[in-house]
Amino acid sequence: MTTSRNSGTRSRSVGRSILKLDGESLVRGEPVYTDDLHPDGLAIGRILRSPHAHARIRSIDATEALALPGVLAVLTHADVPRVPHTTAGQSHPEPSPYDAYLLDHKVRHVGDRVALVAAESDDVAAQALQRIRVEYEILPPVFDAREALEPGAPRIHDELESRGIRDASRNLVAVMDFAVGDVETSLAQADVVHESDYEVPAVQHVSLEPHVAISWLDEAERLVVRTSTQVPFHVRRTLARVLALPVTRIRVIKPRIGGGFGGKQEMTIEDACAALTLATRRPVRLEYTREEEFQMSRTRHAMRLHVKLGARHDGHLTAIDMRVVSDTGAYGTHGLTVTGSSGYKTLPLYNADSLRYHCDVAYTNHAVAGACRGYGAPQGFYALESAIDELAYQLQLDPLELRRRNVIGAGDLDRVSVALERQGKGHARSIHSYGLAECMQRGARAIDWERRDAVPRDGELRRGVGLALAMQSSGIAGIDWGAAALELKQDGSWMLRTGATDLGTGADTVLAQIASEILGAPPDRVQVHAADTDAVPYDVGAYASSVTYVSGNAVRRAAEDARMQVLALASDLLATDRTSLECVDEGVRSSTGAWVSLAEVAAHALKLHGRALEGHAAFCIPDSPPPFAAQFAEVEVDTETGKVRVLRFVSAVDCGTALHPLQVEGQIEGAVAMGIGYALTEEMLYDDAGRLRNANLVDYKVVHADDMPSMTTIMVESFEPTGPFGAKSVAEVPTNGPAPAIANAIRHAVGVRLTRLPMTPDRVLRALGRI
Amino acid sequence: MSGASQRVPLDLHVNGEAHTFQVRMHDSLLDVLRREGYTGAKRVCETADCGACSVLVDGRLIDACSTLALQVHASRVETIEGLAGAMLHPLQETFLRHAAAQCGYCTPGMILSMKALLERKPDASEAEIREVMTLCRCTGYVKPVAATLEYRDARGQKRPERERRE
Ligand code: FES
Ligand code: FES
Repeated sequence: MTTSRNSGTRSRSVGRSILKLDGESLVRGEPVYTDDLHPDGLAIGRILRSPHAHARIRSIDATEALALPGVLAVLTHADVPRVPHTTAGQSHPEPSPYDAYLLDHKVRHVGDRVALVAAESDDVAAQALQRIRVEYEILPPVFDAREALEPGAPRIHDELESRGIRDASRNLVAVMDFAVGDVETSLAQADVVHESDYEVPAVQHVSLEPHVAISWLDEAERLVVRTSTQVPFHVRRTLARVLALPVTRIRVIKPRIGGGFGGKQEMTIEDACAALTLATRRPVRLEYTREEEFQMSRTRHAMRLHVKLGARHDGHLTAIDMRVVSDTGAYGTHGLTVTGSSGYKTLPLYNADSLRYHCDVAYTNHAVAGACRGYGAPQGFYALESAIDELAYQLQLDPLELRRRNVIGAGDLDRVSVALERQGKGHARSIHSYGLAECMQRGARAIDWERRDAVPRDGELRRGVGLALAMQSSGIAGIDWGAAALELKQDGSWMLRTGATDLGTGADTVLAQIASEILGAPPDRVQVHAADTDAVPYDVGAYASSVTYVSGNAVRRAAEDARMQVLALASDLLATDRTSLECVDEGVRSSTGAWVSLAEVAAHALKLHGRALEGHAAFCIPDSPPPFAAQFAEVEVDTETGKVRVLRFVSAVDCGTALHPLQVEGQIEGAVAMGIGYALTEEMLYDDAGRLRNANLVDYKVVHADDMPSMTTIMVESFEPTGPFGAKSVAEVPTNGPAPAIANAIRHAVGVRLTRLPMTPDRVLRALGRI
Repeated sequence: MSGASQRVPLDLHVNGEAHTFQVRMHDSLLDVLRREGYTGAKRVCETADCGACSVLVDGRLIDACSTLALQVHASRVETIEGLAGAMLHPLQETFLRHAAAQCGYCTPGMILSMKALLERKPDASEAEIREVMTLCRCTGYVKPVAATLEYRDARGQKRPERERRE
């Protein structure tokens, strides 16, 4: 079931679920992804992976591999420049340490790069890998983030060139803290104090398309990289640094991509692929296998979280104190910002008198953690929303009521953002658009919250209902920006050029809708050319829930600029005052009924100005308005087997205006599925030597269609004044609620608190004291 | 090594056209199809766990990643590319209208798996649809299930009673 507030007839394009621009090519299975089209003479790249979690490479001998017919190149650390960089695709100033190398003389996790091979075929490449002789000096590994921070722990980054690591001698990548008010005093003023610990594992994005890139040299000897990425411009910049090429010699193209979820907000393989092209002067394809995807791409950070809450008897929260230790794996990419987000994206939800957050981010010899849908918030909200729920039991208050009494409200200042701004780390914001109260109310009605105690809660199969709230942001204020250009073609149609990166979300479609709305043209008269660094203006890319808000604002302004130019030319052609003109369909109409086509306007622009009519805009977001969500789960716990089934799931989400309601629902539903996997089944499991035990889709359990509950998605539309047509973001916020909502529902069903994800049958049984 | 790379001829009817492809002994059907330009079938897990590589072989749905090409010598293969002409197949059409393809990587396999199910069992229940629906990481399955149900119902109404019972 789906409900949404009727958006009325205010527009012709925005707010309507038009067909997705790329939809037909997708359902036809057309060759639109990176690996679907191959340039002539394509060579196959492969990576030799470390079998050890921590080792120094004493020597590598590639002679035998190179002697194999069909082997084109073998690259080791001795063959490439040693340029410290971060693989994170983030804006300047890059917050992640420069601790990664194209190839290094040290390996820091199982699956870390040892050597690169290019060969005529996949068979030969596979054989070449086996013929590279490597002598390792095995070093003691460390797999626990807290142990890694202890004195005497093996030091993972002992190289001198790396920069930006807080304290490499302690494996400490970064620290972040902030405080609002004085937590100790506020705790002392509390009637009730609740303290609890939570643990969340590393999980994988499992985008169905693995990381894949194809690179070649074009006629002008420029390096072209077609790649499945969320961040073409960041990849281009990082490639330039690592390969010591000028940015102008590199072109990065993103075709359709088969899912990203943050895992492709990185330069994960493009440098290796391009290095092989430069070495062989051949087109090279590099694609991860599913196993490599697990070992060598990125994960959601594993964390341990400690939460302390203080409250008065009436439910008023006096303090929230959260301390986090996070495992960023072998490299520090996104370590600080993800773990910081676990605090600064979550604590603003409640107007407690005082708030305090501290996190330590540690290196370990695990696979590398990075950006993953929700970006730290799913970890933080799992802990915070579980603790709030426990507090409600302690206070004997309805968990929904306790939240109602404390949540941030419309017009409130986000006090955490103020504290961060004082540290020079953020932009203060207040809440302009606010639908959280309505989300709680409508979500509660849909799940029948008032009657939740009526569900069967004795016998073998026990039911329970739980809820969790969440918020997120919309891009990174003061840092993220995008640009767009709208050109009027000679036939009177529009070409939108944007750096925005559609990762399957339908972003291109939404951007075309925004342009179409302002230009008065039907959406199919707006052609989108996106994510090709040669052809489109700069954009940060698709992350931090930014495309609709950041790129959408740029497109809105570019379209407004284009529209003003059209009206000026049309008023000239029609000899009418500009204010009486209106852009309609494929032309301009005056209030008296005179008409001129856009094709004529386009020709007039050429005649008059000697250039095509083009609207431009760049937009750096001054604000990052949070979307809100209230999510509810009804579960059934089998007290004999420990199995938890989610029966119903309700998401009420405030994303501002839903520009494309079907796509908005799709984002929410997909996020919930991912969140249910995080709650119940997904976990990267390692053996004692740091080898992954479930690097495949048999043993690593993602959610299938028959695991899904009955889903209700409610779009609660508020109007965000700084967003395009009132929109803010949606893609991440609903990832946050499922784990705590399900944990809270389990608590309601069987009276025990699961403090560790995933909430597998054995953990449930253990919590029940059955094993 | 020469043994592994040695090529042998493989006869296949793909989407109604007869072909002879040169294949390696160990090539999977997916290797061959993708190499020959039928890239609608996707390589995702290679362990027969996701269905993104689904194609129909002599009318039966199989995982092309886990089927040796030579095993299906002289068979009829139907891929997503063969489903539509100028007009979309009605199942593609409902997937499009429901926005059931987000990134679209799972879509070809999913559409073929749903088509195969409903051909075998035109009145398949929602639970049966969910049971065989291939893996998707983007949609949470709500839109793909809705699109499939709409197709099932429309198809059921169009078909004469006796045909539906067969
Ligand atoms: S790729 Fe064949 S089943 Fe997954
Ligand atoms: S639409 Fe992306 S995996 Fe299904």
